[in-house]
Formats: sequence, C-alpha cells, structure tokens
Amino acid sequence: MESVEKLREELLAAVEAAADLDALEQVRVSALGKKGRITDQMKGLGGLDPDQRRETGQALNALKDSVADAIDARKASMEGAALDARLAEEKIDVTLPVRPEETGRIHPISQVIEEIVAVLGTMGFKVAEGPDVEDDWHNFTALNIPADHPARQDHDTFYLPAPDGEGDEGRLVLRTHTSPVQIRTMQNGEPPFRVIVPGRTYRCDYDATHSPMFHQVEALMVDEKTHMGHLKGCLEEFLRAFFGMDDLPVRFRPSYFPFTEPSAEVDIGCSREGGELKIGRGGDWLEILGSGMVNPNVLRNCGIDPDKYQGFAFGMGVERMAMLKYGVPDLRTFYESDLRWLRHYGFASLDVPSLTGGLNR
Amino acid sequence: MKFTLGWLKDHLETDASLDDILERLTMVGLEVEAVTDRAQGLETFVVGEVLDAKQHPDADRLRVCQVNTGTETVELVCGAPNARTGLKGVFAPSGSYVPGTGITLKPTEIRGVMSSGMLLSEREMGLSEDHDGIVELPADAKVGDRAVDVMGLADPVIEIAITPNRGDCLGVRGIARDLAASGLGTLKPLNAVPVAGTFDSPIKVSLDFTDDTADACPQFVGRYFKGVKNGPSPKWLQDRLLAIGLRPISALVDITNYIAFEYGRPLHVFDADKVTGNIHARLAKPGETLLALNDETYELDGEMTVIADDKGAEGVAGVIGGLETGCTEDTVNVFLEVAYFDPVRTAMTGRKLNLQTDARYRFERGVDPALLKHGCEIATRMILDLCGGEVSNIEIAGDDPLWWHTLDFDLSKVATLGGTDVDSVEARRILEALGFSIQSDQGSRVTVMVPSWRPDIEGPACLVEEVVRIYGYDRIPAVSLPRDEQLPELALSPLQRRRAQARRLLAGRGLVEAVTYSFMPDTQAKLFGGVDDTMRLLNPISSDLDVMRPSILPNLLAAAARNQARGYGDMGLFEVGPQFPGSKPEDQQSVASGIRVGKTGPRHWAAPPRDVDAYDAKADAQAVLADLGLPADRAQVTAEAPGWYHPGRSGALRLGPMMLAAFGELHPAVLKALDVKGPAVGFEIYFDNLPAAKAKKSAAKAGLNLSALQPVNRDFAFVVDAGVEAASVIKAAFAAEKGLIVDVSLFDVYEGQGVGEGKKSLAINVVLQPADKTLTDADIDAVADKVIASVVKATGGELRG
Repeated sequence: MESVEKLREELLAAVEAAADLDALEQVRVSALGKKGRITDQMKGLGGLDPDQRRETGQALNALKDSVADAIDARKASMEGAALDARLAEEKIDVTLPVRPEETGRIHPISQVIEEIVAVLGTMGFKVAEGPDVEDDWHNFTALNIPADHPARQDHDTFYLPAPDGEGDEGRLVLRTHTSPVQIRTMQNGEPPFRVIVPGRTYRCDYDATHSPMFHQVEALMVDEKTHMGHLKGCLEEFLRAFFGMDDLPVRFRPSYFPFTEPSAEVDIGCSREGGELKIGRGGDWLEILGSGMVNPNVLRNCGIDPDKYQGFAFGMGVERMAMLKYGVPDLRTFYESDLRWLRHYGFASLDVPSLTGGLNR
Repeated sequence: MKFTLGWLKDHLETDASLDDILERLTMVGLEVEAVTDRAQGLETFVVGEVLDAKQHPDADRLRVCQVNTGTETVELVCGAPNARTGLKGVFAPSGSYVPGTGITLKPTEIRGVMSSGMLLSEREMGLSEDHDGIVELPADAKVGDRAVDVMGLADPVIEIAITPNRGDCLGVRGIARDLAASGLGTLKPLNAVPVAGTFDSPIKVSLDFTDDTADACPQFVGRYFKGVKNGPSPKWLQDRLLAIGLRPISALVDITNYIAFEYGRPLHVFDADKVTGNIHARLAKPGETLLALNDETYELDGEMTVIADDKGAEGVAGVIGGLETGCTEDTVNVFLEVAYFDPVRTAMTGRKLNLQTDARYRFERGVDPALLKHGCEIATRMILDLCGGEVSNIEIAGDDPLWWHTLDFDLSKVATLGGTDVDSVEARRILEALGFSIQSDQGSRVTVMVPSWRPDIEGPACLVEEVVRIYGYDRIPAVSLPRDEQLPELALSPLQRRRAQARRLLAGRGLVEAVTYSFMPDTQAKLFGGVDDTMRLLNPISSDLDVMRPSILPNLLAAAARNQARGYGDMGLFEVGPQFPGSKPEDQQSVASGIRVGKTGPRHWAAPPRDVDAYDAKADAQAVLADLGLPADRAQVTAEAPGWYHPGRSGALRLGPMMLAAFGELHPAVLKALDVKGPAVGFEIYFDNLPAAKAKKSAAKAGLNLSALQPVNRDFAFVVDAGVEAASVIKAAFAAEKGLIVDVSLFDVYEGQGVGEGKKSLAINVVLQPADKTLTDADIDAVADKVIASVVKATGGELRG
C-alpha cells in the first residue's frame, strides 16, 4: 500500500503540472476516476483490519478532498486565464463611428411661432386661423381700408380670379396680412376675445428684404376695458420673454394703421456698434412690430358695438423675429430648403418651447 | 418728406437742439428716417479769392495762383481750367482733410513750385460727381467766411416718414405745428395778408362738371400776373430746394415747389400768353392727350380731371401740368392756379397714368381745403417779391369746400382708451395747439371742431390718439393683462395640436422640415392633379410661381433637386402646411407631406445603407397616424394612391371612405420632370380627413391584465398566389381564434425555386396568449389547424410542405 502522504505529494504535483484543462482532466481521472489511484486505494480498504481501515479511510478521504479542491482551484485559474485571453482577443476599436441615426430638424419659422404661442398662450390668448385665399372685404374693407385708400397700394396684393366670373370687384386676394382672421374671429364669436393668429401672408414683392410669401403672427384682444396701458404691458412682457432679456428696452411711438386708432409702432433697444446689430440695451432702437387699439370702424364692421367694446391688436413678422433672435442674415434663405441651412438654423425635435421649461435650450 | 432745420425754424420759434427736435419728431409720430448735416467735415473750408493766376512755368495745364484766404495770401498750384484771377472759390488750407479724395493736405512741391492748400471742386468736397472745374462762389461772397455758409450747406436736412393719414405734415408748417403742440416751441403766425389786385384777370375760370362729378374740383382760385421777370430764383430758395433734392428751374416754378413743401399746397403756374381763351376744370374727353411737363404724352380717360383752356387739356388736375402752357424764362404774364381736387380721383388718375408727382402725393392725401385763398395770397406775395409785376383781383370759381365738422368727445376717454390720465386742462391745450377749437365745454364732455387740414380725424378714438401722442406714448403706464380664468385654457385647437405633434414626430424620425412657397409653376402643378383657372394668380411674381399649389410634394421634390445639384443626394424633407385645390375658404387643405430620397443614410462600415422604398414612406405615415391616437393598425391599406405615385408601389391608408394618407414611390415620370434623381418616396397625411379626436372622459389608461402564463409561439408558412396580399394572410390568421391569438407577424416572403411559378411563400409567427390555463399540445395543435384552415380558406393557398 502506497503511503498516503507520498501519494498526496505526487497527485498535487501532477495537478500543478497540468498544462491545460485536458491534462488536468487526465489527472482527475487518474486520481479520482473509477480506476484512479485514490479509488484503487479505497477499494483496498476492505482488506484491512477495522482500526487500520478507519484510520486509512479517513486519510484517503482527506486526500481525496484536497486533491479535488486542488483540481477545482487549478481549473478555475485556468478558466480565468482562458477568459482573459479570449477577452484580449475580442478587443474592438472603440473609436470607430457609431451607426448613423437620422436627426431631423424643425424649421425656425415653426419654432418661432411655437415660442410666440408659448408666451402669449400663458396670457390667455388662443390660436385662431383663417384661409390664405381671402376676399377683398375681409382683407381690406372690413379692416377700414376702403377701395380708394392709399394704404391699399402699399400692400402689393396678389389677385386670383373672381370665383363666379364676377369682374374685378369680386376677385380674390392672397391675404396680405393675418388681420382678416381678426374679422372672422369677431364675426363668428362674442366678446371678450383673446386670439393669436399665426399664418402665411403674401405680397407681390421680391428683393433682399421682401419675400412674396412670409409669416405673421397677429394678436387681438377685445373686451370692455382693455386700453393702451394693457397693450404696452402685454407687449413689454412678451418681447422681454421672447428675447429672454428682463431689461430689454421697449418703446412705443405714434404711427398709423387703418385698422387701429390710436396706433403705435413698437421699437426694442439695440446697439449697432461696429456695424453689428445686437438686441438689448445699447442706446439705439429697432422697429419690431405694429400695434394699436382696434379702430371702432373695424369693430362696427364685425357687428360689435364700439361704444361698449374696445381692445388692441398687434402684428409681427415671424421671419423678422427669427432673424433678430437667431441671427439669420437673409430673409430669402428661409424658403430655399437648403439642407445645410435647415440643419444649421433648424431645431431638434425635442426642443419644444415652453415657459416652464424654457423657450430655448 | 424732407426739409431743413432752418426752414422749420421759419415756422417754429424754438431754442431746442437738433437732437431734441429729432427725438420729439419721432415721438409725436413723425418718424425721423435720416438727418444729413451736409456741412460735416467741410467746416474748415473758407471762401478764397484768386488774386492772381499765372501759367505754371513748367506745366501747360497748371496755374500758379495767389489766393487770399482772409487771413493770409498763399501760393498754390491749380489744374482747374476755370482757375482765373478774380474767382472766388472754396479754399482748403494745409492740414485739412479733403473728403472727395481722402487726402489730408500738406504743403507740396509741384513741378518746382510750392503749393499750400487747394481750391476744391464739388467732387473733392464730396457734394457731387462734378469735377469739370473748381467751385465758383458768388462774387459778393466774403473772403474768409466758411464756405458751407456761403454755399447754403450749413442747414441740416431732416427726412421724416409721413404716414398716409398725415397729409398736413407734407408741408413744413404742419410739422412745426405738431412740434409746437408738444411743447417744443411756438408756432409763428401765418402771414397771408391779402394783396390787393389792380385789375381784373383777363382769363376767367369755369368749373364744367355735372352734379355727380362736381366734387372732382369744388373750387378753383386763380390770379393773373403781368409783367413778371422769370429768371433764376434767389440763392436761398435754390439752396432749400437743392437741400431736399429738388432741381431749381426758374423763379416761378421754384415758388410753386417751395409752397408745396412749405404748406403742403401744390400750385400751378401757366404762361398766360400761351393759354387760349379761358381756363376750365372738367373731366377729360376720352382719348384726349396731354404732353406733360416731363415730356411724356399721356392719354386721358373720362374719369380724370383736367385743367383746360378753350383749345384743350393743359394739365392733369393735381398730378402734372402741360408743357405747352408751362412757364419759361421768357414768361412775362402768368396765370396762377390754386385749386382743390378730389383725393380719390387724383389717386386713381395717378395710378392709371402710372405717374407719381409731389402734387399727386399731396392731393391724394388731402390738401388743406381751407388754404385756397390764403395759399393764393402767400403765392402772390412771393411772386411779386421775386419776379415783380402787377397782380389782378382774385378769380374764384366754385364754393369753399365743405370741410368743417365737429365731434363730441368725452375727455375721460383719454384714460379709458388711451390708458393714461392726462389732466383735462392739458388735454384741451393739446387739442387747441393742434388747431382743434373747442365749441362747447361741459365738464369732461366737449364738442370740438376739427381743423381743415385734418381730414383723417373721424371720431373720439382719433382725438384720444391726438392727445396721447402729443402727451407722450412713453407716459402711458404699462399694465399686465388681467386673467380671464384661473389658468389659461389650451392655446391650440385639436387640429392645431395634431399638426404640431406631427411636425415634432416627423423631425424625430429624421426628416428635416422645410417651409416652401404656397405657389408653384403651373407645369409642376399639372403633374399633381393640376389647378383650375381660379387658382391661377392674376399677377404672379414670376412665371414659375403662377399657380397656388395643389400639393406640397412638388415643392419638396424641387427642393430635393436643388439640394442634389449642390451635391447632397440623400435626404428626407417634410412640410406641414396648406394646399389649395380650390379658392373657397373651405377648399384649403391642411397636409403633412414628406419625401425620402436616395439612400437611407451615408455609407457606413457597420450599417450599409439601402435605397429608400415605399415601406419607408408607409412607416412615416403610419407613425404619424399612430402618434395622433388614430387606429393606424385598423386602417385599411389599399393599393390605390394618387396618380403622382408609382402605380404598383404605392398605397393609401383609409378608414371607411376617408383617405387618411397616401404613400409610395413617386412616379418616375414625375421625378424626371422635376429633375430628381431617384429613388424617391413620399407620403401625404390629410389632416382634414382624420376622424376628430375623441373627447376623453379621463386621462386614465385602460386597465392592464398581465397574464402569469407564458405565451406560445408557432410559425407557419403558406404558399399562395403571387397576387395575394400579405394583409389577407395576417387577417385570416388573426381571425382563426379570437381571444387566444394576440399577435401575428409576417417574417418572411419568398418567391422562387421550390414554391412554383406565380406563387410565393409567406411565413408568419402567431402568438397565443393563454388566459387561465397552460395550453396542452392538443390545444395548440387544434389552434394551429384553425389558423391553417382560416388562411387556406381566405387565400386559396396551402401550408408550405
């Protein structure tokens, strides 16, 4: 009978010497397999006397455990090394570019309209809309611009044929401003009104600062009490929120529009130092929008009693607001659909303007 | 409207600085557009007299001049052909900067002669392009005086924008009146003392109108001058006209221009010796022609007022005079016309003749109807002063135009409409300073007479504006809007929200939003259903923007072609906007349209791009519908789309009779016509056809039943005729065991070897979700049999062996 101690030494040495998992398995079979050396020794226990049998049995069991442990430990270490080797082989170039994800953009005109709506919406204005193809009455006459009014000439109106072969009198127009929606709103409802009207407008003019199509946002507020102080308050708050400047200077000066009386142009502060236009305090002024108290004739034309109701209206060019706020240099580029421009000046789909989350990121 | 500071001060007594005046002009509604101080940079130049001009010893074209500058005599070399002894010119001393050349002068030796300083041409002064010689100042100019004073340049020129309602400010006096009312000085009294005539005018005036047209010219005031001398007008008058950009012509003509700009009162002067018989104001005879002062011949119609003599038209009333009876240097007898012409008729006449003049500009905005006789007196005095001669008694035809009207006005309206509490004494002062006269005064209620020069004042709102604009808009306190409700209601209607949502979703799917014109070329519109004549612009801005767009897609495709021409071949664009199949308000449609062109993306090492196809467009359309809460999965997909799509590769999403959306490959002929390199696919979502969003009772979501039992997946492949639509297989499979089958997905389409000619194999995965007990193999087999039976029955196909 071999010495248990000697056997332990040999087997542990064999475990240690095993070069790979296959060799280690052979060691395990040769020691612990059915015909393994420890197994053989166990089988020989029957021939021993009880005392010796118990003593040798215990020693063999201990040997068996320690060899098994050694094999497990060796195996774990080999597996770890193998995994390390595999992982080392699996290395990738993390600097390779990721798979492309398409990123769309929101056009600045849409974005700016949403910004305007976000601010004025919190003041209780609701969005109203009307058709782009208008009749003469809604676009001009009802707005206190009679047929012979000099202001009509300034409008460079696009005309469409009269629908039923009526002469020039019945011809249709592409609305020259969003103001006809004021008329439709007041005709179809009862005061009080607080509406904003974003939309396409058209004038037959094309050069560096004019586009045959452009966008306006119009606002109308009518009730029994609204006066010019409210107009000032509303516009000061709006302009300061829109441009994100609490101290933006805002100036009202007298002007003339057929559909308002009194009328006011609104300027915001700016600086033109070094030929560069910057919005904000700077000692200079920039005309930004037209406004005024709704002309009593306009109210009357919509069937609203001007002795009881009054209110204000204002309108602004969306592209102009976008150009000023976002530094877009050229009006005409808004409609060219140049991908490079759209990607540069456009907004991410998740940039939804709100007054609680911020008009801009 | 241009005027000079000095001219303004002829009417306004004020110590205010130029800056204060400019600021106040803008703040009373007379917006300053420009102010030009023409003297700026020229202040150091003085009147110099050439004491002696000799030929330069070494240069044929140069002269050596001794110039008295008032403080010294300098020697300089001058190349101007008019440099001669005795000439008074503009002398620039050494050290001064010459704006026209950009050079600062220093003593220089020119061909051996030292030259100190320079005599300047207009170009060198930066005044004009005139460089034919040096400026020649009047012989009586005082040597050493500032040249800008002598040349009449020291008076700053102010240009203001006049709104169409303020015809009264198309004359310097009206501007002065506004400034005086605003507290910036005092309006000087008008000097219109009558000048007595010494004879009766040999030319009589008649107004030849019917009752219907009498308002074309209600009054005509005329006056005859004999023995005048019509030379050049005096320098001060020429300077003022030049300052505002008018060319001096002759004293008589300059006087009429001057009074037009001083009082907003256009006049006309006839050479009386060229007038045949008497003067008649009447409507033109159709076809009558007039050779006008601008050398153009105009054909007139029966709606236009003319001033005629017994022979024919000699002027278009309120617009332009005739050449034949115009005044020249030789004129000795003059007939002066001061008339009132109807603004509307004058405007229409000018428009029809396509002729804008200073007279028309004033008449169409309404000249002061009470300034006829006064205007005549002012002009008389000036003509006699400048041209001499004798004047006739005034010749008047017609009655004074009816201009006067009164308004009842409650001064408290200044606060309730104007938003600022102007003291009622101050409000009265302002109105009176502007020329309103208060007729009756009962507390805050007053009756005011509107001045003749303010035809724009119609009612109390106008009076509020007058008071507040002079008081100062900047003194209106800003007030925040009171709330109507506790919190504002939604600003957007359901349709508006849908459009906004679709826009964000499409951008999130990688499409770039464009905003394109509502018009397009007719040739392109024809590819997209075309438009009828009602959608054809009568005055398009150009021939390629001549119709209203019946569809957004062609504009997007044209944009794609432009981008491709710049080297950007692959793209996705969309637009949410209107299209116009007809001209009635209800015809306008609200549509979200998009295109994808080229590859799905750039070349990439791990994700090779593929060509876009109809399914990309279908996915866009379905995604929008699903996002808008519409049952996109329940919508029928039919293979019928509008004609601009590929007939075999396009479809529509429908709910019942309503086409919600169309999608597909765009027709190759369309792409060719629009110059787009394909492949290109597109979609259109018709917002107006979408069922209205249902008003939800609560925001709560439906209850969720999570089964503890595992779902079972089974795959089937069917061989069907190639023409069978995949949707029919999916639908039949779903229907096989309702309640148990929760999902059917199609994962393979195969045509080719093994399935037979004209056949295809469609493989689907069916998911069974047991509700209360685990399914046995027998249960599953039974369902599978039903699926097979249902699909076979519906499609005529068979299970693939």
